[in-house]
Amino acid sequence: MKHRQLTFVLTMGILAIFLASNALAAPIDIQFWHAQRGPRADTLNKMVDAFNKSQTQYLVVASEKGSYDETMNAGIAAFRSNKQPHILQVYEVGTQTMMLSKAIYPVYDLMKDTGHKVDWKSYLQPVLSYYVASNGELQSLPFNSSTPIMFYNKDLFKKAGLTGPPRTWDEMGEATAKLVASGAEYGMTVAWQTWVMIENYSAIHNLPLSTKANGFDGLDTELTINNPMVVKHMERLKTWMNDKRFTYEEREYKGPEAAFISGKCAILMDSISAIGALKKNIKFDWGAAPLPVEASMKDPQNSIIGGASLWVLKGHPKNEYQGVADFLAFLANEEMQILWHKETGYFPITLQAYNKLKADGYYNQEPLQEVGILQMTRRDPTVNSRGIRLGSFPQIRDVMNEELEMLWQGKKSAKQALDEAVSRSNEILRQFEKRSQ
Amino acid sequence: MLKRSYFSSTYLPYLLILPQTLVILTFFYWPATQALFQSFLLSDPFGVKTQFVWLDNFTRLFSNQLYWKSIGITFFFSFSTALLSIATGLLVAAMANRALHAKAIIRTLLVWPYAIAPAISGIVWLFLFHPSFGVIAFSVMRWFGIHWNPVLDGADALFLVIIASAWKQISYNFVFFIAGLQSIPKSLIEAAAIDGASPLRRFRVITLPLLSPTLFFLMVMNVVYAFFETFGIIHTVTQGGPGGATMTMVYKVYKDGFVGLDLGSSAAQSVVLMIVIVVLTALQFKYVEKKVQYTG
Amino acid sequence: MVEKTPWLDLLTYTLLILGIAIVGFPIFYTFVAATLPLEEVARIPMPLIPGDQLLVNLKTAWIKGNLATQMWNSFIMAAGITVGKISVSMLAAYAIVYFDFRFRKIAFVSVFCTLMLPVEVRILPTYEVTANVFGPIQRILEAFQVDTLIRFFTGNRFKISIELSLLDSYTGLILPLVASATATFLFRQFFLTIPEELCEAAKIDGASPMKFFTKILLPLSKTNIAALIVIDFVYGWNQYLWPLLITTNPKMMTAVIGLKRLIPQMDDLPTWNVALAGALIVMMPPVMVVLFMQRWFVKGLVDAEK
Repeated sequence: MKHRQLTFVLTMGILAIFLASNALAAPIDIQFWHAQRGPRADTLNKMVDAFNKSQTQYLVVASEKGSYDETMNAGIAAFRSNKQPHILQVYEVGTQTMMLSKAIYPVYDLMKDTGHKVDWKSYLQPVLSYYVASNGELQSLPFNSSTPIMFYNKDLFKKAGLTGPPRTWDEMGEATAKLVASGAEYGMTVAWQTWVMIENYSAIHNLPLSTKANGFDGLDTELTINNPMVVKHMERLKTWMNDKRFTYEEREYKGPEAAFISGKCAILMDSISAIGALKKNIKFDWGAAPLPVEASMKDPQNSIIGGASLWVLKGHPKNEYQGVADFLAFLANEEMQILWHKETGYFPITLQAYNKLKADGYYNQEPLQEVGILQMTRRDPTVNSRGIRLGSFPQIRDVMNEELEMLWQGKKSAKQALDEAVSRSNEILRQFEKRSQ
Repeated sequence: MLKRSYFSSTYLPYLLILPQTLVILTFFYWPATQALFQSFLLSDPFGVKTQFVWLDNFTRLFSNQLYWKSIGITFFFSFSTALLSIATGLLVAAMANRALHAKAIIRTLLVWPYAIAPAISGIVWLFLFHPSFGVIAFSVMRWFGIHWNPVLDGADALFLVIIASAWKQISYNFVFFIAGLQSIPKSLIEAAAIDGASPLRRFRVITLPLLSPTLFFLMVMNVVYAFFETFGIIHTVTQGGPGGATMTMVYKVYKDGFVGLDLGSSAAQSVVLMIVIVVLTALQFKYVEKKVQYTG
Repeated sequence: MVEKTPWLDLLTYTLLILGIAIVGFPIFYTFVAATLPLEEVARIPMPLIPGDQLLVNLKTAWIKGNLATQMWNSFIMAAGITVGKISVSMLAAYAIVYFDFRFRKIAFVSVFCTLMLPVEVRILPTYEVTANVFGPIQRILEAFQVDTLIRFFTGNRFKISIELSLLDSYTGLILPLVASATATFLFRQFFLTIPEELCEAAKIDGASPMKFFTKILLPLSKTNIAALIVIDFVYGWNQYLWPLLITTNPKMMTAVIGLKRLIPQMDDLPTWNVALAGALIVMMPPVMVVLFMQRWFVKGLVDAEK
């Protein structure tokens, strides 16, 4: 049915009629589904408006589709029904699923096909590497990227007689002991525990999270988080929990941030994107520092990112992709990246934007904003720190969370919990492998 | 059941039932069939690659300990929720029925929660019970020295969703009980009072037996509610955690399908749920038909 | 009551007040939070004495959440579902109870089976149907190779494509949720309790079946309809996942979704006062419906259940 088709299209519905009557001379709609809310959505809309005002051919329509998993599912449901948006924002844990989906138009190809000459070298590599395929080509455009750092309560530190933030985990043990002894209710806590304590801990110490180069080299990857170092780290946290040096507040951020803001807990490990909320709410003197490392690690690796990227979906006419490419190029320009970084705290994705900010002295006014960038760019990424490429990653994070919770509850030892996390995750990975063939 | 006297018409009944049929065929049976079909498939979420795997999804499901755990949790959760909300509803209704003053206000205050969206009530309960900022959690920990942490402790979390779910259903039960209580003849109770039966004894011997049909009906309705309609509450309060402690079957369908994107397993779980529904329906059908006495 | 029982009366009122306190506390708390300024609501624990910021917070929520449009959409959706469910199921129940036809039993059982499976559980396939309501027909045509058949007769290359998408429309918000059995069931139960003589009399008078329906059954069903208005309006208004999935156009969003958006996120100020003021606004219409109709609500349910 390729040529000389006689196509009968019965199109009904108000929408269709509406579109038909407006088809003449109207700009082409580019649908963009995302999961940003609140002030971030405001900034995003500013960027979209700026693009729409900068030209007349295309009109980007941004719609917020709920949380990250709701947004991804809306995209999937739409794709299955041939109603997909042009651009879909997907969280970093959905990367592998998207890459293998055959539903995407890789950003590298898109830019090439539409005549955009992009110098990918000018991008921040630790951000880019998370979304690059094994052939070295970028699959999706990084959008909101962050990394975890450490926040500490300077008032409580002073009370405990501490002069600066701990740099190693050993120092962390001593510092939290002093903090608790000097009246702090808890020493430290963590938001997004799997991301910070397992994924980033592994990257920073150059440990593989899973075999096959963290999944980059094959679907038959297996988790390796039950290695002695991670086990020891978790055991240590559990013993700290017993004497209040560590407290577990919840998987996400609300509890841990509340504990830090209220002064209940002296140290918080959390995404750099928390800076905004902390600034608005904290009444005491506080600072930020890189995550602690093991004393044995002389040159710690870069930390890895979290957040989301923009995927272009297949199935639209060619001329519309020109608009998509123009829009993505627009988002990556210096001005937009600076706006995004200043208003949301997420990383700029290009070196130009970063250097411009530096030259303008932005980081002298906002030194906190640079802590994460420096930590993330301190060394070139290795196979263990360029990113993670696991299928069904959201489920695996759930499993890791569940098993860690078993450990915190004292129902399992660190070794048991991590072993169990590995075997359960491997089952999920095998299932993913099976259905991706 | 059919009326003894009925109309005969060759086309009218079909016409009358047509809208309903069209709607349920398109939006219920077709999707359900799709789910059934999907439960035999292994496919990537975008539907690009699909393979037929026979009963693989089901064997995988039933050989998974966590699914059995989820079934156990579902039953415990449903019956606790039902019991708690029925008991509270009955108690409050009995008291409201005794009260002579401010009846309308009492009723109004008690019916209110029925109108609140599960998503909203979940938010409010979380706000009350969160260990870091919840006012009730704060008081409980301060006053009673109880270590309360639904974020970490599975039992606490289950307790929290049971309370939140039961709370929403109290109004519903209250409405039925108050109506049931009002239909009990006053004379019956007064006669017993003259015979010297104490109020508690009167309640036990007269009121409760007369309420038993309502009680049974509500038991079924509440279990069904707890099974299927507490999705919004679990979704906002615990998302099935911690450690899967509040992962009911319905929530697991959503979680595995929507978050895990394991469509085959999710569909298989939907099929299991549909079977549960057919059984529940059959039971209820039988009970309702037996219990109801049609007059006329 | 014939006896004086002061102790029991005391107990009654104590328990009642306790019951109301338990049932009402979360709502009271919501209200208090909605009246506080930001600094107060962020205090741990939050104070329990109402502040004076209610109007300010309500206004902020109304504007920030774009609640005007969303409340309207929610209203259309809830009203549409209510009217749709009631009319569709009343007709069906009428057919099932008052007519003897071949598929009567199957019709009833097949409706009954839809009683419980919530839309969340079958959401992907339901979405696919809604994206193209003729999808099933098309699939069936494809399965029977109708294309090939027609080509054989006409000699033309032929492709049948029928499509009607309900995404981003009121119809799409409403129609899939009209598929439910509660109302059919309640009407059936109620019709069965209506005296046989009424129908006999109508038949003797020579009234047509539809006349009997509109002149006699409809007025008699008033309380049931009232009860169902309450149940279905509340149900329709409180939907979350379905509207979220099928609406993309911000002009089609519903209030519960808008409210979720008011809830403080990661790097927002913890504006719980505004979020909960929004919650007050959004819960108002269904609460109003429940409160205004509670008398009939109770009566209607009891009539049907008996």
